[in-house]
Amino acid sequence: MSNSTTSRGGGTQTVSSPREGSPSASGPTGRAPRPEWRQRLTRLDVRLSPYLYISPFFLLFLVVGMFPLGYTAWVSVHDWSLIGGKGEFVGLDNFREVLGNPYFTKQLVNTISIFLLSSVPQIVIAVVLAALLDNQLRGRTLWRMSILLPFVVSPVAVAIIFGSLYGDRYGLINELLGYVGIDPIGWHTERWASHVAIATMVNWRWTGYNALICLAAMQAVPRELYEAAAIDGAGRVRQFVSITLPMIRPTMIFVVITSTIGGLQIFAEPRLFDETNARNGGSDRQFGTITMLIYDFGWQLRDLGRASATAWLLFVVICAFGIANFLLIRRIGALGGDR
Amino acid sequence: MTRRPGFLVYGLLAAFLVGSAAPLYWSFLLGSHTKEIAAQGVPPLLPGGHFWSNAERAIATIPFWKAIGNSLLVSTVTACSVVFFCTLAGYAFAKLRFRGRGPLLVFVIATMAIPTQLGVVPLFILMSEFGWTGSITSVIIPWLVTAFGVFFMRQYLVDAVPDELVEAARMDGCSQIRIFWHVAAPAARPAAAILWLFTFMQVWTDFFWPLIALPHSNPTIQVALNQLQSGFFKDYSLVLAGTTLATIPLLVLFVVAGRQLVAGIMQGAVKG
Repeated sequence: MSNSTTSRGGGTQTVSSPREGSPSASGPTGRAPRPEWRQRLTRLDVRLSPYLYISPFFLLFLVVGMFPLGYTAWVSVHDWSLIGGKGEFVGLDNFREVLGNPYFTKQLVNTISIFLLSSVPQIVIAVVLAALLDNQLRGRTLWRMSILLPFVVSPVAVAIIFGSLYGDRYGLINELLGYVGIDPIGWHTERWASHVAIATMVNWRWTGYNALICLAAMQAVPRELYEAAAIDGAGRVRQFVSITLPMIRPTMIFVVITSTIGGLQIFAEPRLFDETNARNGGSDRQFGTITMLIYDFGWQLRDLGRASATAWLLFVVICAFGIANFLLIRRIGALGGDR
Repeated sequence: MTRRPGFLVYGLLAAFLVGSAAPLYWSFLLGSHTKEIAAQGVPPLLPGGHFWSNAERAIATIPFWKAIGNSLLVSTVTACSVVFFCTLAGYAFAKLRFRGRGPLLVFVIATMAIPTQLGVVPLFILMSEFGWTGSITSVIIPWLVTAFGVFFMRQYLVDAVPDELVEAARMDGCSQIRIFWHVAAPAARPAAAILWLFTFMQVWTDFFWPLIALPHSNPTIQVALNQLQSGFFKDYSLVLAGTTLATIPLLVLFVVAGRQLVAGIMQGAVKG
């Protein structure tokens, strides 16, 4: 890395262990005034270095973040083929086509449905799990590690494994249901059943992770609050509702927002759950998602214009959900009783 | 709520543990039986002896070793790059005074909220222009330095490096880069290890962008698994043996560094 192009205004002292005023063995201990050019270099060093250190992030973000954002808008108002490149300016035609496409509506509903099925139960379970872990357990670290195990399995692998568990004819889940006398469920063919199956994968992978985040917040709650509440005669459940939940609200907002940004972009799980040849989310796209539609438009139909328009629409949906979440959590937290 | 937990707490946690491990065991179990047994639904509860023969078939079906090599390379390079550049930037935001520091940091945090898939089309066009599509360069570039990394390092270094130390080194006439190298970098080590792990995992498990950017002949392991599943979905013994094999590297990482992962998640949650 040629990042050390900054001037060496420092002479020859080493700072192996920077104790204050450790006089170097050689050299004068009293600071002789440095030459003029040295001082100027040092000043420059102090002024410019911070910008130099943060510049890699900003430069890269400009290229792979900022520029693509603006450029997505530019591509979305053109006829733009994957092979032929840029074509005519078509205004809002791409948006019109996407919004008029029946699959768009269907896959938007699928995306939201899978998102709700995977985030609401997940957050509830994560909070309960965190409360269980917020005890004086034996082998604390082991328990914490064990609930994190699913997190190291990639979404692709999770989808393949659960795809087999949820096999329509011979899957383990349907076999188990058979033991209690329930008819096999068409996990891959029925729309809502497939959403449940895909949501299970997301929940399996992320619940432990989010539980640890909640646990960190719970451990920051002052223990005296619980003691005071206990003296006032509050039971454990009451303590949890009136103290724990309001205290971890900021963290909950964080968890919900990050789950939303990630959850609405879901792609790997439904794609690998699909066993049809087209792999667009089932025979009638009963579990296709918006990101799958972006992929379909862009890299199967080779129409980057429509893919970009879809990406923008997804962005709008994510923003709307993010804001709605934020408001909702604030309300829920406010009911927690921190008067 | 500090009380000695009873059987109920341990029981619920144990149930959770079983639920966490069961799908992985299932994957290994089906992968260790013959094609015929795996196709008949629920196999015996104990593994059969065919795991390696199934895994060999999986390896022959997709460019498995090449994919593992690609994933290792991409994840390692990006993790090292992220640690270096994010520590530098995080240090600047945490300890150096410069004009525009506040607004720039807010900007970095704001970029974390931008969905990655929004820019995927132009990113593809851009990589095509550079002639990088098809090579793993196109997968490495977008990950070289991350907003999350900058923010995470900044949060850590604010408390980990005493201002007096930076000041003292400066009074001693150290150049900025030496102060960073001798004062900030050693202090950043624990957080750097965590950031390295997380970046490695994130890049290893990433799927959407590599699927778009890479051809079938030069995949990452996730893209290779995608091929494995699409061609042979009826042969679960083969597919799950391959999937299990592909999961092993991260499981090893988990066994070695699970403690750091837990610590990292619990630290990253503290919002400044």
